[in-house]
Formats: sequence, C-alpha cells, structure tokens
Amino acid sequence: MSDLEKFRAETAAWLEANCPPEMREPMTGEDDAVWGGRNATFKPGQKEWLDVMAAKGWTVPDWPKEYGGGGLSRAETKILGQEMARLKCRSPLSSFGIWMLGPALLHFGTEAQKKHFLPPIARGEIRWCQGYSEPGSGSDLASLQTSAVDKGDHFLINGQKIWTSYADKADWIFCLTRTDKNEKHKGISFMLFDMASEGVTTKPIVLISGQSAFCETFFDDVKVPKEYGEGVSSVVYEVNKGWDVAKYLLGHERSMISGGGSEGATSLGAKFADQVGRDEMGRLDDPMLRAQMAEMDIEVLAFRAMAERFGDTFKAGLCHPAQPNMMKYAGTEINKRRHELIMAAGGSEVLEWESDASNGGMTARSWLRTKANSIEGGTSEVMLNVISKQILRLPGA
Amino acid sequence: MPLYLNEDQQMLHDSAAEFMKGEAPVSHLREFRDKQCKDGFSHALWKQFAEMGFTGILIGEDEGGLGLGHVEAGTVLEEIGRNLTPSPFLTTAVAGVEALNAGGKALRDQYFPGILAGETVLGLAIDEGAKHRPDQIGMAATREGNGFKLDGKKQFVVQGGSADMLIVAARTSGKAGDDKGLTLFAVDANAAGVSRDSARLVDSAMAAHVQFDGVTVDADAVIGEVDDGDTVLRRLLNAGRAGAAAETLGVGAGSMDITVDYIKGRKQFGELIGSFQALQHRMAHLYSEMEIARAAVLKAQQMLDEGSSRAELMVSVAKAKAGRATALSVKEGVQMHGGVGMTDEYDIGLYMKRDRALQEFMGDANYHTNLVAEMHGY
Repeated sequence: MSDLEKFRAETAAWLEANCPPEMREPMTGEDDAVWGGRNATFKPGQKEWLDVMAAKGWTVPDWPKEYGGGGLSRAETKILGQEMARLKCRSPLSSFGIWMLGPALLHFGTEAQKKHFLPPIARGEIRWCQGYSEPGSGSDLASLQTSAVDKGDHFLINGQKIWTSYADKADWIFCLTRTDKNEKHKGISFMLFDMASEGVTTKPIVLISGQSAFCETFFDDVKVPKEYGEGVSSVVYEVNKGWDVAKYLLGHERSMISGGGSEGATSLGAKFADQVGRDEMGRLDDPMLRAQMAEMDIEVLAFRAMAERFGDTFKAGLCHPAQPNMMKYAGTEINKRRHELIMAAGGSEVLEWESDASNGGMTARSWLRTKANSIEGGTSEVMLNVISKQILRLPGA
Repeated sequence: MPLYLNEDQQMLHDSAAEFMKGEAPVSHLREFRDKQCKDGFSHALWKQFAEMGFTGILIGEDEGGLGLGHVEAGTVLEEIGRNLTPSPFLTTAVAGVEALNAGGKALRDQYFPGILAGETVLGLAIDEGAKHRPDQIGMAATREGNGFKLDGKKQFVVQGGSADMLIVAARTSGKAGDDKGLTLFAVDANAAGVSRDSARLVDSAMAAHVQFDGVTVDADAVIGEVDDGDTVLRRLLNAGRAGAAAETLGVGAGSMDITVDYIKGRKQFGELIGSFQALQHRMAHLYSEMEIARAAVLKAQQMLDEGSSRAELMVSVAKAKAGRATALSVKEGVQMHGGVGMTDEYDIGLYMKRDRALQEFMGDANYHTNLVAEMHGY
C-alpha cells in the first residue's frame, strides 16, 4: 500500500470513528453552519466535531502544524476532502479567518503575528469580519476614506464601512484604513482590531432576500494599539502597504466566489423533470424550459472543465495572473442564470415566502441572494475591465 | 491527467502551428477559392500533411502510424481552424480512420497505406437531409449474393467529389428511427452506380450529393458487424464531433485574435476603438467564452482517449459550447471590424463562413443540446 493509500484508509477510519452522526446529516439552513467565536452557540454534535477536528489541525489541514494546522501535503488535503465528502461529514468550521485572513497572514505576516493570530483561527475561537467597502468606495475600493491617524502608541480610527459580512457577530475585524491622504493606493494600511473596542458600532442591512449577513460598521475615535505584545503589530505587512495585502486577498475571494458556477453538478432538467411534468415521450413537457435547462447543463459541464483546467494550470504556474477574474466573472454569471431556472422550475410554489412547505422561502431567498454574486468581491464589469487590460492588453489602461 | 497539453502534445501543437501558418495560411484558402479548384483543397498539401506524420496520428504504430489520440488530433485541427486550412484531415485522418480502426484488418491494410502517404481521401456519406439526423438514416442496403446492393441518396459529403472511398451508413434491417439495423460500408467511390454531384459551399470547401443506384459491394466492404453499424458509427461520430469542435475552437480563436489586433489599431473620434469600454467588455466576455470552450474541448478529447463512459456526453458539450462561443467570435469580429468587415479583402468574413459550415457538420449546437437533455434522461 502506498503512503497515500495508507493515509486514505486511516483518514476514513478516523472520520468514521470521530464524526458525530448529527454532523453527517445534510444542512437544512444557514444556521447549521458553525462559525465559532467568543459568543458561539452550538447545536448537538457541532462543538465535539469542531474540537476533535481542531485538535488534529484539520480545520486547516494544509496550514503548518506550528500555527494550528494539520501540516498535510496538497495530495493529503485533497484526500481528506474526498473522504469527508464520501462520508458526508460537514465542514467543522466556516470562517473568514480561515478563508481570507489566514492566507494573508501566512503570506505577509511576521512570525510573531502568525503565532499569535493563526492558532485561535484554526480552533474557531475568534470570529473575524472583513472591513473593506465603504459607502463611497465600492468598485473603486482604493478610494476608501476611513482614517487611521498615528498617535504614538496607537492609531485613532474614524469612518464607516459597509457590506461588512457578519460584523454584528464578529469578534475582530481585518480592516483597510487610510494612513496617507496624499497617496491613493500607497496610503492604505491593513489593520487588525477588536470589534469590542470602544467606538465601534454595527447595524444590520436587510437585503431583497429579506435576510442578510451584511452590516454597516461605524468607527468613532476607535483606539487601536500598535502592538498586542512584543512583535505582534496590529498592522499586517507595513503601514501604507495594505493595498498589496488587499489585492492578494481579493484574488482568494474571487477564486472562492467563482466556485458557484460549478456548484450543483446535477442536471437541473434531470432534477426537476418529474416535478414540472413529462410528455408521452418522457421529455420535460415545457419545451422552452427543457431547452434552457439543457443549455445550462452544457454551461455547467463546460465550466466544470474550466475550473479543473484553471486549477491544473494554476498549480503548474501556467495560467495568466488575471485568470481568477475571468473565473469569477463566468462562475457568478452562470450561477445567477442557474437560479433563474430553478425559480422557473418551481413555479408558483417557490413564490411562498414564509410557509413551512417552502422551508421559509429558501428557494426564492437563494435566488435573490445570487444577484449579489456579480457585485460582491468586484463587479462583473470590474472583472471585464481587468481582462480587457491585463489579458487582452486593450488600450487605455 | 492534468487538463492542459503535456510536453509532447505541446511540441506537436507547435509544429502544427508553424506548418499551417507557413504552408497554408488564409492566403492559401483564397488561392484555391479564386482558381475555382474542383477539389477545394491542395493534394500537394495533403502529401505534406503525411510527411509531417499528421495523417497517421490515429493509426496504430504497428500499422505505420503514430498511435496517438484525440488530444493530439485536436492540436492539429485547432491550427487548421485558426488558419482556415482546406484539407481532408478531419474526414479522412480523424473520423474515417477512427471508423476503420473499428473494422477488420483487411480494410485497414487496404486503406491505411494510402492515408499514411497522403494519397487517399475518404468521404463520409452519413447525412440524408439538410440537418444532421444519424438516427433517421433510411438508405437501403439489401443482401444480394455474397454481398449487398446499395440504393439511396446522401448529401453534405465533404470533399466527396475527390474521395477515393466513401464510408456509407445504410440500413440492412429495420426502418428509419430504429436503434439497430445500421451497417457501415467502405465503398469505392468510382464503383458502378455511384454518381457524385459536387457543389462549392459558403466556406469554399466542396461537398457532394451522392446517388447510389444498385451499387453492389461484397461482404468484405462491411466495416464492423452487419446490423450493428451503430457501434462503428458512434465511434466515427465521436471522433468527428470532437475534431470538429477543436477545429471550430481554432476558427473562434483566430477570429478573436485578428479582431483584437484590429481594434488596437483602428482610430475613431481620435481614439483607438479598443479603448472604448463598450467594446472592451464584449471582447472580455468573448475571451471568457472561448477559454471555457477550450477547456470543454480538451476534456472531451481526454475522455475519449481514456475510454470514459461519459465521453459521449462531454463530446456533445464540447461541440455545442465551441459552436456557440465561435459563432459569437465571428459575429463580434465582423461587427467590430465595421464596414471593412463586410469586404472580401479582409479575412474576418472568411472566418464567419467557415464557422457556419462547421456548425452544420455532425450536428449543430441545438442538436447537441437536445442530446445532452436526452443523455440526462429528460
């Protein structure tokens, strides 16, 4: 047996023995996800599952062991994912700390910062939110105005953020601030601070889906210490170099959001044909809907091939650095079209907004939620600008 | 297998790219069109294809070929598409050879040497109507003596006028629409009772209407098994469709490249038109569509080479996606060229015409979209 086969067998046995039965049931709603944090509440099985996985470093299997990770190779991480999927194990932890701040700290952080911040992220002890957008700075993110003024031993922060996902539930924030008013891109800093600091307030935003993870966040003379202990600076990388960190993180975010396009590999037509109805030939009996669904099958299967090719060329260093922008654009546009068809297949039944039968209007709320896909993390128009300029080298950059 | 060309495949691609660009660029197509060549392609070039080894890509090494696969054939086809190179490569060396690979040794011994030498051309006599409907083949092959007698009509036999042998799909039992009862035959194109009427197509390729009047063939002409021609036909169609998708992709990529170049150099209102956001966004969208089509085509070729059970599904995905993306590429190309895009002098219109012909070859995007729904059971 090769080392990897051995690892697979051992992993499967360990998951079988340690994953609580409740954590192997499909999730029924958003509150089935575990976000951790200081004020976390848990349903049965959730805490045990988080703790055993964190103890093995498998909430972040490919991070180094000294920062709370599992120290697994790329191949081992892939096997762990496959075995978790096979046994239907839920993800033990959903976390912006893992998805976004962690990769940035691993890339840009000092040794002291990594040791201080990464292990609590891996254990799900601190819940993070991201302070990027501002009311006047959406697509033109680098025009942000939230100011951080150097006051010797601390920075004084004033301003407002918007679209701060889960700001009302987060413990800490990774936040872009302006430390130099005379420079646009070179006057931004990437800072970490506690949301419990005096002067921080949050207000949820209700979306067209009737729900929201998003908030407005206000900073009113918030004091952020320069250090949280020896060598643990509150600024990641350097003062005025936060734009480099932000760009790196946006690449991660865009690749993540683009996954939506390959989601739901199952054919919509195969899934909904019986529900919509079949004709005497066994065909879905709304010919236009059937055609649109078959076109969607083609889009999804082709995009899955694209995602596979993107992953392979990315690992081999063969893809263009701006390729994640194309993936984000294509993936989110496909996902929106997919949800339009899901609504059409459901007909009047999925219009129900609050009934038990509709699971609280889940289909309709998901459809509305997807409209944000081509806005958040950079709009489709911004993605097209990047492709035009950086890949096609069209004039006027 | 990673979803990009390995080193050997990349080398083959590079040599195909250099060859097509050097020996048969778009000006070569113009030359053959303008002299009203009755075959629509150059026999000398076909011999050069053979010298490069291209004609033997899908022929086994023990039979004198290179013993390679659909990915390799696709790299050559993409460059054929990019340069609009007229040749019998797709019908003969890809779809035709793949059908013969499913047949007996005697037929392979008879035809492979000529194909390897660039001397033999095959025609595919499949379609009977204006649209590709292989499940509706009705042409009759009745048993007679030791062999069969063929009667009926075929159309859209590309390069059928210059073909030495025609691969003919006909019914030995059942009726149009039945799953079983098809048989494939290798028919000498000059046999008594075969009449061919060639017409020049919109892309300046030649395609024949072929009439079979009591054409007799002996049992050795059967490719594969009698009444089980569906097996061979599927293999032929999968190879031809994946190949057509690759050539289509090349047409779309070539058209996009010349359009990007054009809008980088053309000024209006004192600005390069490529700096206008209206055009930039459409071009970036097209780029995205072409990249996705490229991934789908390569995936289909890899799955065919692996013998995957899902290869047929992915071949239809690839033909449909490459078809839609390339149709977009040539339409945007003509529009963005403006008035000169309508002139014969500029190449963009030639890309539009080739795309139209390739769309119809072995099933257009609508045909394959319907197949995808059927394969998914709805």
